[in-house]
Amino acid sequence: MILTNNILTIVTFLPLVGAFFILLTPGRDEVAERNIKWIALATTVVTFIFTLVMWGMFDPTTPNFQFVQNHVWIGDVIGYRMGVDGISVLFIVLTGLLMPMCILASWDSITFRIREYMVLFLVLEMLMIGVFATLDLAMFYVFFEGTLLPMFLIIGIWGGKRRIQASYKFFFYTFIGSVLMLLAIMAMYWQAGTLDIARLLQFEFSEEAQFWLWLAFFASFAVKMPMWPFHRWLPEAHVEAPTAGSVILAAILLKLGGYGFLRFSLPMFPDASLYFQNFVFFLSVAAIVITSLVALVQTDIKKLIAYSSVAHMGFVTMGIFAGNVYGVQGAIFQMISHGIVSGALFLSVGVIYDRMHTRDIDAYGGLVERMPKYAFAFMVFTMANVGLPGTSGFVGEFLTLLAIFQINTWFAVVATTGVILSSCYALWLYRKVIWGALEKESLKGILDLNTREMVTIVPLIILTILFGFYPAPLMDAMAVSVEALVDQYQMSVGLAQ
Amino acid sequence: MIQAIVFLPLIGALVAGLFGRVIGHKPAEILTTSMLIAAAVLSWIVFIPFFLGDGEAYKVTVMEWIHSGDLQLDWVLRVDTLTAIMLVVVNTVSSLVHLYSIGYMHEDPHRARFFAYLSLFTFAMLMLVTADNFVQMFFGWEGVGLASYLLIGFWYKKESARAAAMKAFVVNRVGDFGFALGIFGAFFLLGTLDFDATFAALPGFADATISFLWWEAHAMTVICLLLFMGAMGKSAQFLLHTWLPDAMEGPTPVSALIHAATMVTAGVFMVARLSPMFELSEAATLFIIYIGAITAFCAATIGLVQNDIKRVIAYSTMSQLGYMFVALGVGAYSAGVFHLFTHAFFKALLFLGAGSVIHAMHHEQDMRNMGGIRKKVPLTYAMMLIGTLALTGVGIPGTSFGFAGFFSKDAIVEAAYAFGGTAGSFSFWMLVTAALFTSFYSWRLIHLTFHGPTRADHHTFDHAHESPNVMMIPLYVLAAGAVLAGVVFYDVFFGHAEHVEHFFHGSIVVDAAIIDEAHHVPTLVKWSATIAMILGFIAAWYMYIRNPSAPKQLAEEHRGLYQFLLNKWYFDELYDRIFVRPARWVGTALWKGFDDWLIDQTLVEGLGRRVRQVTGYVTRLQSGYLYHYAFAMLIGVAALITWAIASGGLLG
Repeated sequence: MILTNNILTIVTFLPLVGAFFILLTPGRDEVAERNIKWIALATTVVTFIFTLVMWGMFDPTTPNFQFVQNHVWIGDVIGYRMGVDGISVLFIVLTGLLMPMCILASWDSITFRIREYMVLFLVLEMLMIGVFATLDLAMFYVFFEGTLLPMFLIIGIWGGKRRIQASYKFFFYTFIGSVLMLLAIMAMYWQAGTLDIARLLQFEFSEEAQFWLWLAFFASFAVKMPMWPFHRWLPEAHVEAPTAGSVILAAILLKLGGYGFLRFSLPMFPDASLYFQNFVFFLSVAAIVITSLVALVQTDIKKLIAYSSVAHMGFVTMGIFAGNVYGVQGAIFQMISHGIVSGALFLSVGVIYDRMHTRDIDAYGGLVERMPKYAFAFMVFTMANVGLPGTSGFVGEFLTLLAIFQINTWFAVVATTGVILSSCYALWLYRKVIWGALEKESLKGILDLNTREMVTIVPLIILTILFGFYPAPLMDAMAVSVEALVDQYQMSVGLAQ
Repeated sequence: MIQAIVFLPLIGALVAGLFGRVIGHKPAEILTTSMLIAAAVLSWIVFIPFFLGDGEAYKVTVMEWIHSGDLQLDWVLRVDTLTAIMLVVVNTVSSLVHLYSIGYMHEDPHRARFFAYLSLFTFAMLMLVTADNFVQMFFGWEGVGLASYLLIGFWYKKESARAAAMKAFVVNRVGDFGFALGIFGAFFLLGTLDFDATFAALPGFADATISFLWWEAHAMTVICLLLFMGAMGKSAQFLLHTWLPDAMEGPTPVSALIHAATMVTAGVFMVARLSPMFELSEAATLFIIYIGAITAFCAATIGLVQNDIKRVIAYSTMSQLGYMFVALGVGAYSAGVFHLFTHAFFKALLFLGAGSVIHAMHHEQDMRNMGGIRKKVPLTYAMMLIGTLALTGVGIPGTSFGFAGFFSKDAIVEAAYAFGGTAGSFSFWMLVTAALFTSFYSWRLIHLTFHGPTRADHHTFDHAHESPNVMMIPLYVLAAGAVLAGVVFYDVFFGHAEHVEHFFHGSIVVDAAIIDEAHHVPTLVKWSATIAMILGFIAAWYMYIRNPSAPKQLAEEHRGLYQFLLNKWYFDELYDRIFVRPARWVGTALWKGFDDWLIDQTLVEGLGRRVRQVTGYVTRLQSGYLYHYAFAMLIGVAALITWAIASGGLLG
């Protein structure tokens, strides 16, 4: 009982406990640094275990919020409200899964200010889980915007050469969105008289209010996704971020936008969602086609993967606003899958970056000669990125495309060209980096994956293939909640049969 | 049993692929090959009851796959006559190719990986042919594409192999784009993706319309055309064929297995499997006839002038696939499947024979550097002759004397004639002309390779040697198939309509009318393909034996035409101009122009500068920025909390 009642508090704030111990660790010598790393790793692993426990206790047969905690907190308005349903539970597990890998990926590549780095990562984990676990709109805002701070610092302190410009852009985009969202949150409070998300979901906003609120939330989420044409900060941020930063950025932070659309825009502003449906479809399809074309001509490995992320997020927004079961389930699945696959891709890039200190595609070639294990891993993730059936990348793409075909064949046809374009850029990258004769002198001594890297990458390979063949664990967890969400949406816009 | 057939190759692939380095090459070869031989034997055991007429179709559910709303997809293995035929074709050829590769690849340092890919391919192909719903078929479809990609690029150090691998995958993806849309359309219309449920629902939708793009079109036509686009990619049909010749960059056993006998016939299989759907759309079947006929003709013309031994056979494959599609288009599905069946034997034989020649000639593939090796490799020569006799369709019309290709090819030509109308006579003449060309380039290949004085250098010629038994035995088995597959199976595939119906037992549409009509075409039509074959043989004999200077003269007299054919109708150049280069150009423009210049430098940075000017806030302390941002964020959060407390107080 105690566990059930408090599981969300535990998984959310457990990372802070680790951070606290790291701050207490005395000394700045090597021993202290090693201890810090181990504390961080242990914390994230334990947190992950708790997220799995939570998933295990989660009841997938009800669309209601579970593990609910509800305490009025600040001025009777903001409450300490926690709870998850089938839409949020998987994101928490995903966060829990990827954090230990991020710590491991930073093990040797972060060489200074390790204490601060690890603390920031743990704080970041707390904030990310908080976003998915909270049921209070104000708390959501705090967590949602709060994730920016540690990410700023991670890019700004441990990033590459142009890290300042990158952080500036990161800030510029997200700031505008966040101001508008804050205003919208206040307006919602004036209208509905509560910030409790569970109650807001039942409240019917007038059509006009929906229109403006939808736009304000859109500004924030669209930047976060990022949707085309608000995506320009992403390649920059990825390129400059350290490996673990990129992993978190691609795997979790981008999902906050999609989660926001699902939690707020679609259920709370259904009429506006329908009104703006074609607008979102247009931007989504533009993301799929245009950023894929841009990815085709990149010379920087991380930029290429970053642009491909934008294209993949296009499937997500398209699926969400298709507003049917296939689209929404496909979108969530796509987000989880992309979390695994893009996280894995950035980890893979980190592996060779650690060795060669360059992300230039032309600096590589023929890695398979010396790194067969790496070549295999990269092939699996490339194929998942391409959406090959049998990998997790297929399920989400397939369902979202199936969904949009039901609504508009134009968008479906254009979006489906994404399957051609993704194969172009992904295989091009593989061909340039992995295949070929190993001719460059600098590469002749390169070493294959070490044990630590295997520990991070092998589980992701297994998950990528497992969920490709047997997506049921994810699909079942979300099915009932998604159906309820879609029913409610279709009922309110008058589409229900 | 079906589980064993499908999963034995997968086990072989996983063990050889993941642990090949640990267990070593030899065990990996033996393991994968024996798994495949076991699967092949089991396949025949599954097939024979169907052949004898007492096989029962059944399904085995393996596991749940994608369940979302009304979409309920499972992994199911479906066995019926059509599947059983494909099981036999795939596993027989695959096991022989595995065996052959032990000899052919014996010097390669990555043999374990090679065998893992071969077995992986076989698994994917088996998933394709046992699929019970569209999406599992799509899984197999893309899976064979992946294996094909990996095998074409197996010698990844060669730039040409890397390029060919990528081209194969991307061009196939263009086809898959259509296939995927066809699946979406089918689900949208029928609400199911299981085959049986789909076929059951079809009658209610025979005249349904669907609004697709700007059309309000006949639904089945749209869906079938989209699905057929997938078939065009996989089976290298006209317009989406450019990847197949390049795919010859892969090791020769791969060409035999994937790019001749099995994977490229997946498109034919798909249309046959979905024949109840295609039957409902006249426009789609007419389109298939035209594409098939043009492909058969176009590929045959290119094959006339190629100099690479493997490329000649590759174009021949493409051409024969065109024949199969014509059969499907005219409604003689069983004839298309029949040709698929016989073609698998003799084309695999030709490819493996060519591999044996290449092996003998120390990896020489250019026929201009061969010639006269008949006495050096007599067994290979004999096998190649059998393959050629089967491919060109040697036999006596009206009797049951003939090689495998004779029966199936004549069945198609007669069916095309019987179909009648513009499409029927167009395809009939195209196929007969293609038969002439087929005969010409096949005998040209034999003459250039085996006859006449040698053009190889002394060293290569003197050291030319017959291949080891491990390579020759598969050739003997395939040769037996190339001789017998036609005469033994003619009756069930294209004999009396009742027998055909009984054999297929509803697994494909059998149109008794077209079969009957095909059996009663004029005698001259029955002889047409044979006459064309004889003319081709004579022309080849004249140009390469009697008067060897003739080809050169002819090429010089018709320089334009020769270049046009030699350059494969300039498709690669055309596609490069209209797709590849524009895509890169547009990508660059969007990146540098839109993303970097307009959004980034003009809007964002411009606006940023403006903001800083307005606030008069200029700092040179770059690192200070971050803290300012952080500070701004904190102010936001603090404002929120203050507001909350204040408003709470006001309201409370």
